[in-house]
Amino acid sequence: MRFEVRVSFKPGVLDAEGNAALDALKSLGFKASGVATAKVYYIETAEPQARVEEMCRKLLANPIIQDYRISKV
Amino acid sequence: MKKSDVRVCIVRAPGTNCDAETLDGVIAAGGTGEIVHFNRLHGGSRKLEDYDALIFPGGFSYGDEIRSGVIWARKFLGLLGDDLKKFVDAEKPVLGVCNGMQVIVESGLLPGLRGASEAPEACMASNASARYECRWIFLKKTGDCLFTEKYAQGEVVEMPVGHAEGKFTLEPGREQKILDELEANKQIVFRYCRADGALARGEYPLSPNASLDDVAGVSNPSGTVFALMPHPDRSCFGWQRRDWTRTGKVDGEGDGLRIFKGLVDYCAKKF
Repeated sequence: MRFEVRVSFKPGVLDAEGNAALDALKSLGFKASGVATAKVYYIETAEPQARVEEMCRKLLANPIIQDYRISKV
Repeated sequence: MKKSDVRVCIVRAPGTNCDAETLDGVIAAGGTGEIVHFNRLHGGSRKLEDYDALIFPGGFSYGDEIRSGVIWARKFLGLLGDDLKKFVDAEKPVLGVCNGMQVIVESGLLPGLRGASEAPEACMASNASARYECRWIFLKKTGDCLFTEKYAQGEVVEMPVGHAEGKFTLEPGREQKILDELEANKQIVFRYCRADGALARGEYPLSPNASLDDVAGVSNPSGTVFALMPHPDRSCFGWQRRDWTRTGKVDGEGDGLRIFKGLVDYCAKKF
């Protein structure tokens, strides 16, 4: 089974890469009002989704500043 | 025991780079120690229980991948969690500096209001400047723990910082409640401040990261586990002070050495 885990910042948390990308896009003449980045992990595993949740809680996402979303792909 | 019998484990992992100066600080404080690779501890050739104190030094453990400190924190808990729990329960001191603080916070040992937590209760987020901040800053002692008994309450000291992720962050919506509890327990040991001791109030560059409530270092409620972002290991000796090239004063000690003295004295008295 292959899972996609998407980890993103909670609203209000500094997204330095997103801000830098927004600034660069504007300087290239694009009209953009916001850029947010996320990190995506593709996990090959025979474990059930509940265990992938555990992977997120224990390692991949810090619940204080990050949200995560899991989907089967 | 005698101070010279106090044996400190300075644990290192791939990417650790402040282990040598940390050991120098321990030795200058009168203790002894050993730099031990993490693999030797979980491989069994060294035992955590044989040491009186444990220090997670600065660096970039495991390349700061995923989040700074989290890989080492989770591997440590997974492979040596029981040993670490026994170590902390025995009130043996645990210190984290810079990356060591990120490790300890990600492990759930700090702030530790209800003991070690399974999931982290805080996060060392990216500096508000979105940059690596590497320079000297002022710190004010505003709490208390075994490592800082040799500083006066309210004393202002200088130490260097070198980090990109040092913004102490708590659960959104519950920040003030948790901060109040930390304050009541005297767990906010050091805060960023001005030279005259007025708190930085998040103002850059006094605060290098816009940390919540100017937090630079926190301890657990009993004061046996302590972590800070600034580097006491880089401010132990006169020749490490920022003004030594101007003043020519290379003798004496820097402000960071007393943290190691506090650790060594505590162990000598307790064990």
